[in-house]
Amino acid sequence: MSMTRRLRSFVEPAATALLFFVVWELFCRVLSIPEFVLPTPSKTVLTLIKDWDLIWPNAQQTLITTLLGFCISVVFGMALGVLVGSSDFLNRCLSPLLVAFNSVPKVAVVPVLVLWFGIGTVPAVITAFVLSFFPITVNVAAGVAATDRELIDVLLSLGASRTDIVIKAGIPRSLPYFFASLKIAITLAFVGSVIAETVASNSGIGYLMLSASASFKIPLVFASLLFIGFLGVSMYAVTAFFETRLTSWNINSGDQTANFATGG
Amino acid sequence: MVGNGNITVLRRSAPDGRNESESMPFVGIDNVSLTYGSDNSSVLALHNFSMQVAHGEFAAIVGPSGCGKSTFLKLASGLRRPTAGSIQVAGEQVLRPLKIGGMAFQNAALMPWRTCLENVMLPFEVCLPHRERRRIDRELHRERAVSLLASVGLADAVSRYPSQLSGGMQQRIALCRSLVHEPQLLLLDEPFSALDAFTREELWDVLQALHAQRGFTVVLVTHDLTEAVYLADSVHVLSARPGKVIHTQPVKISRPRTPRDRFAPTFADMVLLLREKIGSARNHIP
Repeated sequence: MSMTRRLRSFVEPAATALLFFVVWELFCRVLSIPEFVLPTPSKTVLTLIKDWDLIWPNAQQTLITTLLGFCISVVFGMALGVLVGSSDFLNRCLSPLLVAFNSVPKVAVVPVLVLWFGIGTVPAVITAFVLSFFPITVNVAAGVAATDRELIDVLLSLGASRTDIVIKAGIPRSLPYFFASLKIAITLAFVGSVIAETVASNSGIGYLMLSASASFKIPLVFASLLFIGFLGVSMYAVTAFFETRLTSWNINSGDQTANFATGG
Repeated sequence: MVGNGNITVLRRSAPDGRNESESMPFVGIDNVSLTYGSDNSSVLALHNFSMQVAHGEFAAIVGPSGCGKSTFLKLASGLRRPTAGSIQVAGEQVLRPLKIGGMAFQNAALMPWRTCLENVMLPFEVCLPHRERRRIDRELHRERAVSLLASVGLADAVSRYPSQLSGGMQQRIALCRSLVHEPQLLLLDEPFSALDAFTREELWDVLQALHAQRGFTVVLVTHDLTEAVYLADSVHVLSARPGKVIHTQPVKISRPRTPRDRFAPTFADMVLLLREKIGSARNHIP
């Protein structure tokens, strides 16, 4: 990548974000929208700085639950994806169950989780996990299943076992799909933990937003939202960094990796 | 009519001096049938298919499209079991994927995440007995892979990735991968058909040189009659589906063959003869 392209890949999205905030600012000022309906971005940033001591500990809590849930997702989602992708039998057996599972609105499950595990960190971690493992599983399964038929024949004719084929060809083949899914999964993990905190928790960004809006501190709600957005983008950038580092071989091969985005 | 008399005489003596290979065919296909699919929608791909290839022989299989040429290779390599009949390679019934074979296809089917050298080294990681000795023989394996790559003109490409190479170079790597563990039987499924004419002709000579040097047995499936006659000791013509051998043509052009041979009248006559056999095969209702 040339220097100018690298610069552009940074400047262009930054300029777009800036434009978004400018439009938002102007919109609020021109229509003189009251602060408790929609605060301006400048007010939001000021609140973020002023209430940093309140936001940061809660953000830490959310970040930890999100990353915990995400890590479980990566291990579980990858393992399940490899199994489903490498075996037609398991694919047939598990697909309907997985789709049904993914169709359940996760926010509806949180009260049940609270019943089982009590209020606090555990339901948030589980919700983050439950929301984010599906795209990983589906993408890894698709990647493993995309292994070149002729490459499998080559390996079989060398006397490779099924396990050999999965390890030598299936898993490397699925890595671009895996990393593509991580970018979706990390943002979904944030959604999951914040949802759980909103429903049943006494710490975390979700809890902070709920209690702030209950006392009409709308700028604090938006400051929390802004910070969560920032954390999401940061984590996304980290996964994207690993993606380009570890699957650079895929860039020139013209391979299109599928992205199965799912909502919660 | 194959594997007896004239064709065996035509062969150079087996390079590793195996005695039993002189008397019995290296690849023996006996009355093989293969049915695809289930009862009500089954397709008979091969029927009463018999063919023999001597040790060290270069056999080519040609036929109209959809006649079961590729299916035949799957049977010979043990990737698929026949519905009826028997297949023997090196004096043994083929009941599971062959371990003394190498395969290459129209699509190079390389691993894009590995360098060329790592791609060529793959058989050592998978194939017994190399697999068990891979740590001990690592340097030896590496040397063999590098020298093989050098012999097909890819000495400079060892640490490059397949996506950085042309189709012809990728196909050379696939060929190296199929040969590096020194298989006794090389099975090729239209390996040159996706390449441009010049690259293809270049690779014919690469393959011819490797065959002369190492003396393995080759079964080449192709739809290019010039390719078949140029490379093979015997060309087998298949009928339309269900496929069976309807003609076997020995090619008695002395080796090594040069591009000039392809313009000799005898060469052209042989290609024409095969062309006519295939023409009749397409209309042939068994």
